[in-house]
Formats: sequence, C-alpha cells, structure tokens
Amino acid sequence: MLSNKSTVQFNGTKEQEKELLEVIHELKDEKGALMPIMQKAQDIYGYLPYEVQKIISDETGIPLEKIYGVATFYSQFNLNPKGRYRISVCLGTACYVKGSGDIYNKLMEKLGIVGGECTADGKFSLDACRCVGACGLAPVMMVNDEVYGRLTVDDIDDILAKYE
Amino acid sequence: MKSLEELKAIRERNQGEIGIRSGNREQAGSKYRLHVLVCGGTGCTSSGSQKIREKLEEEIKRNGLEDEVGIVKTGCFGLCALGPIMIVYPEGAFYAMVKEEDIPEIVSEHLLKGNVVERLLYDETVKGNNEILPLQETQFYKKQHRVALRNCGAINPEKIEEYIGTRGYEALGMVLTEKKPEEVIQTILDSGLRGRGGAGFPTGLKWKFAAANQAEQKYVCCNADEGDPGAFMDRSVLEGDPHVVLEAMAIAGYAIGASQGYIYVRAEYPIAVERLNIAISQAREYGLLGKDIFGTGFDFDIELRLGAGAFVCGEETALMTSIEGNRGEPRPRPPFPALKGLFRKPTILNNVETLANIPQIILNGAGWFADMGTEKSKGTKVFALGGKVKNTGLVEIPMGTTLREIVEEIGGGIPGGKKFKAAQTGGPSGGCIPAEHFDVPIDYDNLIAIGSMMGSGGLIVMDEDTCMVDIAKFFLEFTVDESCGKCTPCRIGTRRMLEILEKITNGQGTMEDLDKLEDLAAHLKSNSLCALGQTAPNPVLSTLRYFKDEYIAHIVDKKCPAGVCKALLSYKIDADKCKGCTLCARTCPNDAITGSVREPHVINQDKCVKCGACMEKCRFGAIYKE
Amino acid sequence: MENINLKINGLDVSAPAGSTILEAAHLAGIRIPTLCYLKEINEIGACRMCVVEVKGARNLAAACVHPVNEGMEVYTNTPKLIESRKKTLQLLLSNHDKKCLSCVRSGTCELQQLCHEYGVDDEDFYEGEMNHYEPDDSAAHMIRDNNKCILCRRCVAVCEKTQGIGVIGPNNRGFATVIGSAFEMGLGETSCVSCGQCIAVCPTGALYEKDYTKQIIEAIADPDKYVVVQTAPSVRAGLGEEFGYPMGTDVEGKMAAALRRIGFNKVFDTDWAADLTIMEEANELLDRVKNGGVLPMITSCSPGWIKYCEHYFPDMTENLSTCKSPQQMFGAMLKTYFAEKEGIDPKKIVSVSVMPCTAKKFEIGREDQSAGGVPDVDIAITTRELARLIRRCGIEFTALPDEEFDNPMGESTGAGVIFGATGGVMEAALRTAVETLTGEELANLEFTDVRGTEGIKEASYNVAGMDVKVAVASGLGNARELLNKVKAGEAEYHFIEIMGCPGGCVNGGGQPQVSGDVRNFTDVRGIRAGVLYRNDAAKAIRKSHENPEIKRLYEEYLGAPGSHKAHETLHTSYVKRSVN
Repeated sequence: MLSNKSTVQFNGTKEQEKELLEVIHELKDEKGALMPIMQKAQDIYGYLPYEVQKIISDETGIPLEKIYGVATFYSQFNLNPKGRYRISVCLGTACYVKGSGDIYNKLMEKLGIVGGECTADGKFSLDACRCVGACGLAPVMMVNDEVYGRLTVDDIDDILAKYE
Repeated sequence: MKSLEELKAIRERNQGEIGIRSGNREQAGSKYRLHVLVCGGTGCTSSGSQKIREKLEEEIKRNGLEDEVGIVKTGCFGLCALGPIMIVYPEGAFYAMVKEEDIPEIVSEHLLKGNVVERLLYDETVKGNNEILPLQETQFYKKQHRVALRNCGAINPEKIEEYIGTRGYEALGMVLTEKKPEEVIQTILDSGLRGRGGAGFPTGLKWKFAAANQAEQKYVCCNADEGDPGAFMDRSVLEGDPHVVLEAMAIAGYAIGASQGYIYVRAEYPIAVERLNIAISQAREYGLLGKDIFGTGFDFDIELRLGAGAFVCGEETALMTSIEGNRGEPRPRPPFPALKGLFRKPTILNNVETLANIPQIILNGAGWFADMGTEKSKGTKVFALGGKVKNTGLVEIPMGTTLREIVEEIGGGIPGGKKFKAAQTGGPSGGCIPAEHFDVPIDYDNLIAIGSMMGSGGLIVMDEDTCMVDIAKFFLEFTVDESCGKCTPCRIGTRRMLEILEKITNGQGTMEDLDKLEDLAAHLKSNSLCALGQTAPNPVLSTLRYFKDEYIAHIVDKKCPAGVCKALLSYKIDADKCKGCTLCARTCPNDAITGSVREPHVINQDKCVKCGACMEKCRFGAIYKE
Repeated sequence: MENINLKINGLDVSAPAGSTILEAAHLAGIRIPTLCYLKEINEIGACRMCVVEVKGARNLAAACVHPVNEGMEVYTNTPKLIESRKKTLQLLLSNHDKKCLSCVRSGTCELQQLCHEYGVDDEDFYEGEMNHYEPDDSAAHMIRDNNKCILCRRCVAVCEKTQGIGVIGPNNRGFATVIGSAFEMGLGETSCVSCGQCIAVCPTGALYEKDYTKQIIEAIADPDKYVVVQTAPSVRAGLGEEFGYPMGTDVEGKMAAALRRIGFNKVFDTDWAADLTIMEEANELLDRVKNGGVLPMITSCSPGWIKYCEHYFPDMTENLSTCKSPQQMFGAMLKTYFAEKEGIDPKKIVSVSVMPCTAKKFEIGREDQSAGGVPDVDIAITTRELARLIRRCGIEFTALPDEEFDNPMGESTGAGVIFGATGGVMEAALRTAVETLTGEELANLEFTDVRGTEGIKEASYNVAGMDVKVAVASGLGNARELLNKVKAGEAEYHFIEIMGCPGGCVNGGGQPQVSGDVRNFTDVRGIRAGVLYRNDAAKAIRKSHENPEIKRLYEEYLGAPGSHKAHETLHTSYVKRSVN
C-alpha cells in the first residue's frame, strides 16, 4: 500500500500524541510554523512516520504531501527510526582529506548496512554528516552525542565494542 | 532597560571580572584571585572539555579555592587543534590538550601555589623560569586581529552581564538614543563593511535598500546556516558571543524599520542554539529585546528558527522560503529581499560574522573599521583553517593578509615536511588557490580574480598528497547532494559533471569529456537559478585552470600523480629495499602478496584491492605506489 | 497604468509597469520559449528555458519572472541563448525516457517541440544515470509516468493553487527530486479528485488519461453489442482544436458525423440529459425550499467536485443535490427507458460517453450508478481520446458534412448546451425554476450575472416575491473559499453551482491540451464558453422544460419530476471520505 511507509511498526503512545497535539496548538498560528512543528514532532517520536505526519496534516490543514515534501527535502527529518546508537561519520572537507571516507566504508562493512540505514536489531544506525566543527580532531565520528576524533580504521572495532 | 546610564552601571559592576582576563597582570577589581577559562566551544567540548571543567570544580573544592578561583566557560579560543584548552588568568597560562588526570596537578601546583605547570603548557608559550610568553605573541595569534571574535574565548557567553561588561549593548543604546536610522546606515556604508557570508555585497547598501521600501512589517534575518564543509566561523561567534548578534540585529532593525528578527541557525549546532536561546531570554529580561528598548519606543524581538540539514538554505531566498515553512528552494531574484523577502515583506539578511562587526563599527566609528584591510575590502575576516596544516582552528586576520602568512606563520606550516599544493577557499562555491598565488593579499576581489571566492571563510590547506581531480569530485559530490532540484541546470547538470569526473578518476575519461566538462561548467554558471548552481562549477573550473595537467595525467597517462585515485594506482614492492620480513603478506586482507622469507615479495596486481595496509605496515619503506 | 520603455532585440517596446520580460516580448510579437511557467500559478523560473540576456547583468535572466525596467536592453535570441536552451533541453533529455514514438503526446509534446525548434541534434549528448520509476496506474482516471516528467511543476501548481488540493508535489531533493504523493502513495490512495487539471497542463507525456479507445473499437466490432454514444456539451467546443480549427470553433455537426462513421449504433447528446437534470434538480430545489430541506443545495453534475466534497467537506454532502450527473442520467435512461422502448437487452448495450472530463472515468465506477441493474455508463472517454479514435478510424474530420444527433436522446435545448460553462447549470436551472414558480414566461432568458469566467459569482433574484440567492464557483480552490464562507455563516444562499474545473467543463481535464505559451496569453475558458453561448442563442428552444423529448420521457416513462421512478433511476447517494 503505502510504498514508502516505514517497515517498522508504529508504536506511538497516547502520551506522545497528546504532547504533539499540544505542540501543534501552541505553534500552528505562528507564521511558517510547519518546520518547528515537524522538528518538535521528531523530538517526540524520533522520526516522522505516516501516522505522525497525518496528525500534523489533520491539525494544521496543510496537505500531507506538502509535509512529506518538506520531510524528504531536509536531511535531518527521518522517515525511519534511528538506531539506539546513532553513528555519524563526518565527511566534511577537513575530515575527508584525513581519510574519513575509509572510516565510513569500514563501518558500512562492519555493520552490514549502508548509510541511512539501521541494523536489523535496531541497535546501530549509520549516517554520513557534514562538518561537526571538530575539524581539529579530524577524522571524526559521533555515536549519539559522543565524539571520537583522530580516528584510524583500526579504532572502529574498539569503539563499536563499547556499545555491545 | 530604560537608559544608557542603567546599562553603564551594569557594565561598571562587571568590568572587574573582564579586566582580570585582559592579559595584564593587575587585578582589576575581580572578586576572584584567579580566573580559569575553559573552552566550551564545539571543538573542545568534543575533545572532552566538559569533563575537564567538572574535574576542575571538584579539585578546586577539594583544595578549598572556591572563593579564590572563578571558572569561566567560554566560547572558542580558536586553536581547536590543541583542545581541550584552558587558560589561567591573570598570568595567561595556556594549557593545551588538557587531560582529566592533569587537573589535580594544575590545581595544587598552579592555582594553589602559583607554580605554572610548564610541561602542560602550549609549548610555544613556554619561556622557562615560570615565565610565559603572552598568547598574543605566539605564532598563531601574533598576526591575528580580533574584531568579530573579540569576545570569543574571553567572556562567558551564557552571562549577559559579561557581554555588557565589554561595552555590550552600548552601541544599540547609542544608536537608539542619539542617531537617526539614516545615520546608522551611513555609518555602515562609510565603514565599507561587506557581507561576510560569501558574495561580499556592501552591508550598508543592503540596509539602505530595505529602509527605502515602505511596508507595515519588515524583517531582519540572520543567516547562521553555515553549511560549507570545514567552516565553523559563525558557529564560534554564536557559541562564544551570542549577544553581539542580537545587538547587531536590533541595530539593523532600527536602521531599516523592522520590529522582528529571525535567526536561522543550523540544528547541527546544538551548543550555539542553546546559547542563543539563553541569550535571547536574558536580553528580553533586561529589556534589550522586546518593547520600548532604552525607553525610546523602539520594539524589536528575535525568534530562532532551526535549519534541518539543507546546505542550499544558506542562499538567502532559500533561507526565507525555509523560514516560511517550505522546502528550502530558492526563488528567482528580482524581486530582491529588500523589496519582497520573508513573507513577501522587505527583509535584510546578514550573516553572523557580518553582524558581529556592527556594534564595534558603531562604537569605534566607520573610520576605525575602514582603516583596516585593503582598498575595497575593509576590516578583518575570520577563517576556519583546516586540512593539512599544523595549527588548525579559527583565525581572524585583517583583509589583505597573504595566504602564505596564514598557512606558514599562523598555521605553522604543513606537517610532515610535505609541500604546499593549494588552499581551498569558499567551500563548494569556491576554488583552489595554487602555490603561485601564495603571496596574493586575500580580499574579496583578489580571490575572485584568481578563480576562487571568499565564501564564508573555510580555508582548507592541501599538500602534495591531495589529488586535485579528486577534490573537484569531492565538492561536486557535495553540490549534487545538496542541489535542491528545482532548476534544470543544477539538478541534472551537476550530476552529469560529477559523472564525468568519476569517469576521469576511474581512468575512463577522454579529452572530449574534458571539453564537455568545461562546457557544462560554463552552462551551469550562467543558467542556474541560484548561487548554489551558479558557483557549483567553481571547484572544477579552478582546478582545471591551475591543475589541468593533473586532469590530463588521469586521462592520457591513466595516472593519478598524487596517488589518490585508486583505479589509477598500483602498489609495488621495491625488491632492493624489501627484506622479506613477510609482514606485508600477513597484513594483506586479500592474500595478494607472495614471497618467501628473506626474499623480496611481490604484489599480485589482479588480487590487490589497493587498501594500502601493506604500505602502512612496511618498516623498510619498500612498498610504494605509482 | 504607467508604461515602461525598453529595448528587446534592438526594438523599442513599451509595456505596462510590472510586466515581465516575457510579457513585454509577447506584446512585441517575440516568443520566448517556456516550460515551467504558468501565469499566476507557476512563476518559479525553474526550467531555465526562457533565459534571456539583459545588458549589464552578470547572469542570464529568466524572462518569465524578471520584471521590465526603464531603459533595459534585452536580447532573446542570441547564439549564446540558443545554445543555452539547447543544452538545457539536452540535460532534460539525459534524464528522460525519450520513447517518443510510443508516447501519447508525440506531436503535441512541448518538450519535443522545443527540441525541434532548438535543433537538438543529439538526444544522448549528455549520458549518465537516469531515474527509473514505476508508472502509477492506481487511480481510475489516469497514469503518472515520472520517466517522462521534466519537473516543471505545472501539475503541482494547478493541483495546489488552482484546485486547493495538493495531493502531488515535489518529494526528495536534487537529482532524486520526483513529483509524487505523500509516502509515495499511488494517486488512487490519496484524496485526488480526478479532475485531470494536472494532465491538462502537463507539457509532456508524464500525465495522461487511461485510454479506452481500444475497448470502444472492439465493442463496435462485436455484433452482439449495441453501442451508443453520448457527447457532453463542451466536447463540441474543444474537439476542433485537435483537427486544426481555431480555438472557439463549434464542431457539433462534424462530431456527430464522425461518431456515426466510427460505427456507433446511436449518436446521442448529453445535452438531452442536461435538460433532464434541470427538471429533476429544479424540482428538488423547490422541494427543499418549500419543505425545509437542507440548503444551500449544491449542484452535482461535476464528479470532480463531488469527490472533492466527499473528501474535504464531508459534513456538506447533505447539501449536494441527489441528482445524478447528466452523463449518468443519460446512461440510466439509455439502459431503461430507451432499452425498453427499442426492445434491446440492457446487458447488450455498451454505453459510451465522450466527456471533457477525466473524473467521469471515476464516476462511472461509483456505487449507486446502475439504474438498470447494469452500470449506467460503461466507458467514459475524454475529448482527447475521441480525437484519437477519429484518427484511428481513418476519418477525414475536416472533410465531413455537418450532421444531426439521433433521436430521441439527441434532442436538446439551449439550456442543456450551456451546462459546459461555469454558471451554465445555474442559468439553465433559473430559466426553468423561475418559470415554474411564477407560471409566467421569462422576458429575458439570459442571466448574465452568473456568466463569465470569474471564479466566484453571486446573484440574487426576486422570484414570485421571494429573494432567491445563488452563487457560482468554478475551480475547487474557489469552491473551498465559497464553502468556508457558507460554513462560517458569512454568506447564505439557496442554490450553489460548483464545477470542479476553473471555467467549467469547457476547460475540463479531458479537453485538448493547450501548450503553455498559448495558455499563458489566451482566455481558453472564455473562448470555448463562447461556443456554447452562441449555440444556445441560436436554438429555437432554450428552456429545458420545453424540450419535447424530455416532456415525452416524463409522459411515457417517469411520470413527473421527483417521482418514485425518477428517484430510483436518476438520483444517487454520496459517501464521506478522508483526506490523504
């Protein structure tokens, strides 16, 4: 049916929905409120599946397609849930010239997923990101909010092991 | 805040705390004997400054120094490569790459007994005999001139009182109580300030246009959607000195007749966002934002909007489209934002660094600012220095400084004795500057003339190991990823250009491809809807201009001179140097290396996956690539 | 208004202030090519076909959005521009499936036309990765084939801005940008109303109606089938454009002749059923007014509007007239009244309609639309499909004589024919309702207040001592505006006419496509509507209740308007739908 609907079952709670509705009612009369609403919605649910975008559409009167168009335009909006440990590898210039591409490839190989995906057990998700501003530590990767700098390909096993 | 006097009273109460950090050794009435400044910028936070600060608090308590030593969390000092950074004032002792386990020693020796822990200092500042070279005299800082960054690393950005203590909000007060909007605009015009976000449009002129258009509502927007890979100037200002942006926006609002401002900041900058939120609520509390500021009847407020990961939103019309709640797609200009901008109302959009200059220009006068820099580029410019250079970090230099000064003096040169090949400025919109232009004074017009651009200030140094075709490809990959997809030339053209570059780096390119590439580059430049598409070909054009031989080497000789493009290189073993230790053979992930013990080894090219692991492991330098 | 003086290609041109370069050039007889531009709704400067050189400007300017300035010097056809446009076209082709020979738009495709004009000599000049998409055939009325889409976004603009629906839009970004629905749903899963306006504005073959010409040819060839065709009023006003006649040519006679030569057993006219609709609808309105029924009553002829109401105003479906649309009334009478009269088994009848509309393809499959126990209408084709059918059957359209429709269901009045224009149903209803209420003959039949292509029209008439307030809206964006007013209590009406397409059926989603550069400078709706009003004016009988064949129908079969039998065969029901 919905060909791009998430493969993961939606597990939103009543509390989350209540919180979202409050956010929408607080913001919806502000000018250009759609993005702030979507950002808050993603804070609440972690991603923006059909069910969440539908609530936003119904409550604001903004066509669902427009919301989806916005969601798929910006790289920070996720249609799929992220892993418990979100890995992002910086592919900004400074990191790239210091070999972050190799780090990224190695992670894909180790985790058996490509960028943007989440491992089947929901544990790790992997993304490439642009400069995180830690260029002095290049090459850099982040696991959730933890930053790992001055990396070599050999460090990856140890880092992943920390999250086993 | 009802009057300038009220502001001055607050300033005087807080001057002492600022004075102690001025570098001179007199205590200017601080309630503490010592100040320890710990960098809380993103770079140092990433390398653990949060933990350092906690440990410091713990140790200070343990030594009973709470009443003598004040800890100040600041923004970025600039020398990110040495993070986490900590400075003790009034001595100005600069501790670099501080580790948690070093803290007890620093506290008990230095803070308690007054003996600087020399071995933990930034080595350039060590003079011996408990004497310290002032930071301002080190190579990294010597040639810098901090205007936009003046408070970064000097004040606690989460305390409005400290900002006020450095004459913060005085410019706003002066403007509101003593100047007409036209006078403010004239001052900015006279200063020669040009936009620091990329194109270098005169800021005063932008304000003048917006002021001339009548409307019941106008807007001031701050572009804090810093997206160039490798650039973090704006982030540092927002993290280290958020109030300067708010003050400047309020000044701009007064000048053009706007009562509402928006700051569009990247969501990837959580620290900057948090500090801006704190700053906005503090400014509101003090009545420096909101209604009737300084009792003059002027209203101005600011709202924060977070970007969501689209580089194109750094383009002014895209940014506004995004604030309006849409896909961040650029709109055609004209109409220009000064006429129809945000929500179709007259709007000015200034970049963070541009704004950071405004209060200083008001306080010190247009002439003061215009005295710095070159004929057509006034003031200073902040660069995020990165890549193959020793001192990576944030530098602010007067316009007209040469690339050589930045790379060799401030940057401390290229590590590993490698040769400088090029510097990339302007990110994906800019170009590569080769060694032949090492001594060109950097300003807007010179950079354009040599095929690059100022951009927002990323400056990436490249050495002889960098393949210029690969770099062009890297930037094209970026623009392909970030193209919004609205106009034909950018949506499809960048993709086709990238494919040609991929062909070339894979050794399948032809000279006809090179012609096609140049031709497409010209097409995109003149036909694309917005600056992203118009400048996307620049990395290709500039590398073609200076490094065409490298392209030709890839195409004709099927060689990558820098040894980067995997498809074009092979690893070989120098039989004379190989001792037959077998380490390489054991290291190879694909069993591509064979040979008997103590006999020269050989790499089977059919099996080699070109990972380079053997070369890294070889202790005799016997493996080389060509 | 103030005029701006500029030079275009060295010629002095004067254009009103606020004009774009494109408009100024048009005034001077200079054509600048466009692909994405649609006046007022899609001024986005995205395709870059209309680039021009402006003296002193750093980059090329998009003529469609760049305003003219005093003293400006513009060049529209320099070698550089011709080369630029050619390259832009070649870039588009590098991500286009280029299956022109089998494309429904071959010959009318704007991309193809421009490639021809700009001398694109190598369609594979830029090779590279192409996006591949599965065509979406989930909707009843159309196919979306993104392999042919050039991302001009005209469809998006018309869906979102004109129709106020917005079920399609740009998704993803950069090279992956694609026009689609939320979560890549098929159009059939969304609240698309099937109006087909997106098809009408598509410059290429990316959007097209589901074609049923083959089924018609097969049915006609089947000796067991009795194939009857009806043609909606607007078809005669648009079909000529497909055969080289100027817009606004009435080809009713040639169309009847062509249909006969294709081999239909009977060639009838939907206008007859339009007259019947008026009888039922006027009766329903008077009944609601007299007996306290739900008001305002809203017309139900336009299936796009009906579906829109069900999705977006589900609480107002009670306001909809229960009358079937003329197409369905025709089908219902064909398979009951006519079948009985002629002694034909309704199961053997193939009921074909030719409509200016794509939503009719959806309507024929609705519930409660089978008066004779079989679907009222079996195949609904568009004006465009009819043109295809005529060509495929080898008929020399322009050489045909003018012929009449068959009887009895080809007899119609002027009231029936104006159904195709916005305000037409209202005017036809007023002609009948007023005479019914007053019992007197109208001195002037023309209710000019409800005529014209304006989006929303209002009028009030004093009829037999009662103020009858009416409103007319065409285009669903206008419908929404009007209904929101009604819901908010800001406006009160007895009767509202709503047509889904702007301007009414003459500008329906099934009409011949008008290329962007004609559309942008032509009043398509007004010109086509003119055909219907002239046709009406020339008719001897101009009031539905005076149609002799309708009178006979009531006498012989239905009894009176609103009778039990009429209800069983000519009225229908609605459902409430959700928004997606």
